[in-house]
Amino acid sequence: MNTMLERAEIIRKEYLRHDKKFPHVWCPGCGNGIVMGALLRAVHSLGLNKDEVVLASGIGCSGRMPTYVDFNTIHTTHGRALTFSTGIKLARPELTVMTVMGDGDSTAIGGNHFIHAARRNLNLTAIIINNSTYGMTGGQYSPTTPYGSKSTTSVYGHVEHAFSIAELAATAGASFVARSTVYHATHMEEMLKKGIEKRGFSVIEIISNCHVQHGRRNKLGGAVEMINGFKERSVTVEKSKKMSSDELEGKITIGVLADVEKPVSTEEYQRIVEEAKHKAEIITRAKEKNGVKRYEE
Amino acid sequence: MVKESKAKATGKAKAPAASKKKEKKLYTVIFFHKWCKSCGLCTALCPKKIIKPDEIGLPFIEAMDRCSGCRFCEIHCPDFAITIKERHPERRSTNGKH
Amino acid sequence: MESIKDGEQKKILLQGNEAIVAGALAAGCRFFAGYPITPASEISEILSVKLPQLGGTFIQMEDEIASMGAVIGASLAGVKAMTATSGPGFSLIQENLGYGCIAEVPCVIVDVMRGGPSTGLPTSPSQGDVQMARWGTHGDHPIIVLAVSSVADCFSVTIKAFNLSEKYRIPVIILSDEVVAHTRESVTLPESDQIRIFDRVKPDVPPEWYKPYADNNRGVPDMAAFGDGYRHHVTGLVHDEKGFPTQDAQEIDKFLRRIHSKISKGFQDIQITKTHLMEDAEVCVIAYGSVARSALRAVRDARKLGVKAGLVQLVTLFPFPRKSVDTYLRQCRVAIVPEMNMGQMSREIGRINQAGCRIVKHNRIDGQLITPEEILKHLTTV
Repeated sequence: MNTMLERAEIIRKEYLRHDKKFPHVWCPGCGNGIVMGALLRAVHSLGLNKDEVVLASGIGCSGRMPTYVDFNTIHTTHGRALTFSTGIKLARPELTVMTVMGDGDSTAIGGNHFIHAARRNLNLTAIIINNSTYGMTGGQYSPTTPYGSKSTTSVYGHVEHAFSIAELAATAGASFVARSTVYHATHMEEMLKKGIEKRGFSVIEIISNCHVQHGRRNKLGGAVEMINGFKERSVTVEKSKKMSSDELEGKITIGVLADVEKPVSTEEYQRIVEEAKHKAEIITRAKEKNGVKRYEE
Repeated sequence: MVKESKAKATGKAKAPAASKKKEKKLYTVIFFHKWCKSCGLCTALCPKKIIKPDEIGLPFIEAMDRCSGCRFCEIHCPDFAITIKERHPERRSTNGKH
Repeated sequence: MESIKDGEQKKILLQGNEAIVAGALAAGCRFFAGYPITPASEISEILSVKLPQLGGTFIQMEDEIASMGAVIGASLAGVKAMTATSGPGFSLIQENLGYGCIAEVPCVIVDVMRGGPSTGLPTSPSQGDVQMARWGTHGDHPIIVLAVSSVADCFSVTIKAFNLSEKYRIPVIILSDEVVAHTRESVTLPESDQIRIFDRVKPDVPPEWYKPYADNNRGVPDMAAFGDGYRHHVTGLVHDEKGFPTQDAQEIDKFLRRIHSKISKGFQDIQITKTHLMEDAEVCVIAYGSVARSALRAVRDARKLGVKAGLVQLVTLFPFPRKSVDTYLRQCRVAIVPEMNMGQMSREIGRINQAGCRIVKHNRIDGQLITPEEILKHLTTV
């Protein structure tokens, strides 16, 4: 008896906010929509309670995602999303806190917060949608815009070199780092699921297409061409290990780039709290026993 | 329900192509045109190449039977405008009862 | 059950910063995110010891911008939160302060003022952040600014700050200065059952009906915490009653006016001024912060010399207590305004002065506390 709703229907019914205007605000063919779909399928497959899921975002096109999804959502200031997520997670450690940001939001203005969140290894999930540009403001260059690219602020060709977000996260201390592209939708869903489940700071970098700004100015084609381009340029982590750095030029390495077990600072902090409370109890009881009632420093 | 699964079981026991054809799963692809932005991703990415654009660019499928249910279009549609449903034409004659 | 007895009825010797900590803990603050800065570091240090003992959370973030972000996040998750900094840190906090104002997030920010601008005078007092506290973040935003002048103030005003921030869903700034922060005085802290704590009003409707920014008779929307079952959206964009961004002119106007009128509706509650010897005063001193202590001494000395002097101590700086200050400006022929800045509060007083009262400014910007003698000199020569 096939009365079970199809998964697409479940996603639309259960996870999209019905009082928001659909179709959503993103351009036709924008990878942000594909990422949102994969994220919702990942959350659904993990069986998480919607009341205990928080989706935070920065500013930019990716920042529009939380309005559309039915979780506890917060759209924060530019680059500072991880700081808000830190506060939420520390105040309510039982919540699953995910943060979606763009490449400029997370590594330019938010670079400092990004490396410290990774260093702290809080149990957060950072989803970085990397489209190599500042899309919402019209296509200026970002820290991941490739050398030589044209953009509205580099009309003569960009003279800076790009970050590698995944490597940055791994070096800063994130315990789970993965990369995928919007072509590899099923792989992306799997990476997101792994990242959310992982205890510790997880970074999932997703290579996406901004064909309207970056793609157009650099003759990369429309949505279809750019997404097919991701397919062609992708190599798995295993394969990339056997390739030389010349061969890896221009390629996108997808898969799990780091997965380590490290102490999670929320858990460490809980341990401190227990110890401190315990010590304080002992002191209070001892003082009461001795008939001393004093304001303790 | 019991009759159907029995039939399927016996069908699986016979390996030949004739019964395999009977086993082919059918799907319906539903396009929600109100949310579709005609980006062309589904059309370009379908492995069976059965999605075609109509006069105004909205996708449609003529050869629905060739759909393999891979859901590649569904998971790549940025606008949540595609639903893949299993199709059971054999049930129509039984009015939904098994 | 708390294992630390904060607030017992005994005389104790406390530093201003310590009293702020005691007040915050008594008010229910259980989250602190901050960054070290002189002269506010003691607040961070003491809370890093006390909060774990009470099951709260302390975190030192990478900068003040992050501190403010974490404070807002924690408050949205249902925990009373605060941060403490000085001038240079406040310049950074401003960015997310605007977010706190528009998203209506209760929180407390302590600014222990020091000499400015920029790195300024890290170990000397000033009152140079007054106008920044009012206007420091872009846009027309409402804010509440309170000033403390004694250690006892530090305790009670901090509790009041938390109560106001919860009641009106707005960030509240406490302006202290290096002198008040580091002075030790003996105080008697009230018992915990004598302290009134106000908590944010939670929604009483089922989650499907909840509108996070809906107007009501108080003008302050009910506030649900993340994880309580009331899923909603919070944003720094101008938003409608459901919290979603809007471009509708009517909705924008309605929303922005509401967040201002919720404060003006509460002026009676929010605007606190203390007066000393003002009943028959002809000359008054209007002061705040540590200068108010010197002013009180000067006023008492002036009375001994036969001058009918009185002190108006401003506890609430903003929203500026126009009504009460106006009464005193009408009563007195001269108002002396001593400040450790170039006249940031005297410009407010001058702005509302319709009574023809003569405003005499006394400004000191050299990192030294204004002494009672300086104020007395004015009182005896006007």
